[in-house]
Amino acid sequence: MGLVVDDSRSVRKVARRILETLDFETAEAVDGMEALAFCKAAMPDAILLDWAMPNMDGLEFLRLLRQEPGGDAPVVVFCAAENNPEKIAEALDAGANEYIMKPFDGDIVASKFAMAGLL
Amino acid sequence: MTPGALEFLSELVRARSGVILQNEKSYFAESRLAPLARREGLDSVDALLTGLRRHWDEKLAAATVDAMAIADTAFFRDRAVFQHIGEVLLPTLAAARQDGVVRVWCAGCSTGQEAYSMAMLAVQVEAQVPNLKVDIIGTDLSQRALEKAHSGIYTQFEVQRGLPIRLLLQHFEQTGDMWRASERLRQAVRWRQLNLLEDRRSVRAFDILLCRNVVRYFDAATANRVLEQMSGALAPDGFLVLGAGETTAAPSLKRDETGPDTFRKISAQGQVAA
Repeated sequence: MGLVVDDSRSVRKVARRILETLDFETAEAVDGMEALAFCKAAMPDAILLDWAMPNMDGLEFLRLLRQEPGGDAPVVVFCAAENNPEKIAEALDAGANEYIMKPFDGDIVASKFAMAGLL
Repeated sequence: MTPGALEFLSELVRARSGVILQNEKSYFAESRLAPLARREGLDSVDALLTGLRRHWDEKLAAATVDAMAIADTAFFRDRAVFQHIGEVLLPTLAAARQDGVVRVWCAGCSTGQEAYSMAMLAVQVEAQVPNLKVDIIGTDLSQRALEKAHSGIYTQFEVQRGLPIRLLLQHFEQTGDMWRASERLRQAVRWRQLNLLEDRRSVRAFDILLCRNVVRYFDAATANRVLEQMSGALAPDGFLVLGAGETTAAPSLKRDETGPDTFRKISAQGQVAA
């Protein structure tokens, strides 16, 4: 199961299509809060995670996720417009497995998922 | 593009670079050559090729072949290959060399991603294998591709193809919208223009020779001739690594089943080095 977390409906749609071509069953969440609720109910295998979102951003979600029981299991791949190296390092320190800088395409997602050991 | 112009272009590219253009590539050729035609003040690619056919201009011919160069490459393309090089080939060769120097040649390196991948792998393995020192040279026919390789500057799209984020942060600096390979990485690779079709005698013996996704664009006879010549540049216990699914009928090379797309040299006595 792959969870796409992004506040943009069009990004979620594109990402969902890409994950489905990679043979992931896919679910969506519109922000970190909704994603956390989803994960508490059923931990996904992979999470494609935006950074800047209302209510709860990607970084805060990730920190809370990693404290949940079983929350270290999902492979988390950030997919965000943020491309500052120091910020990216912060995301990795918080427990992100890989990082995609937007804009992205199917090849990049496949390449990053392979690096993160998902394919 | 007229059939005559495409035929002329195909022959020029084949003669200079060995690359066989497929007929359906006329759209591809058009898109590659349009900027060159514009730069020359011509109103079409046909005009460029017809003009070149009538009034031969060596520089323009070279620029035409350069513009048609295949630049399909990525960092750590086929990860299993780099894993094998890092875990098996580099340690094995370092142990077999008194000075610990392992010489690597990336033949047909295009815009440099493969050679820089080797350099990043070298940094990692040199930290684990005492004595190892990896020496890397990248060659390509395309001057344009080599200029980019030498600059070490890549788009955000390019640095996300095959390059893990931690290696990006470790080895690249952000400059505006682009990412540039670190000083250390750029100093680890030397770049040379070289046409693999030209006869030459190698003065150096290479321990690892990467010629990946190059000969697949040649006809079989050319591919064999090029690889046969390359095997002459290989140390007796060296390794040739081809692209995924590529193979060779060159008589002096034998597949090494222990590694992906890996070949070894058969000595004059018909033996593969231990």
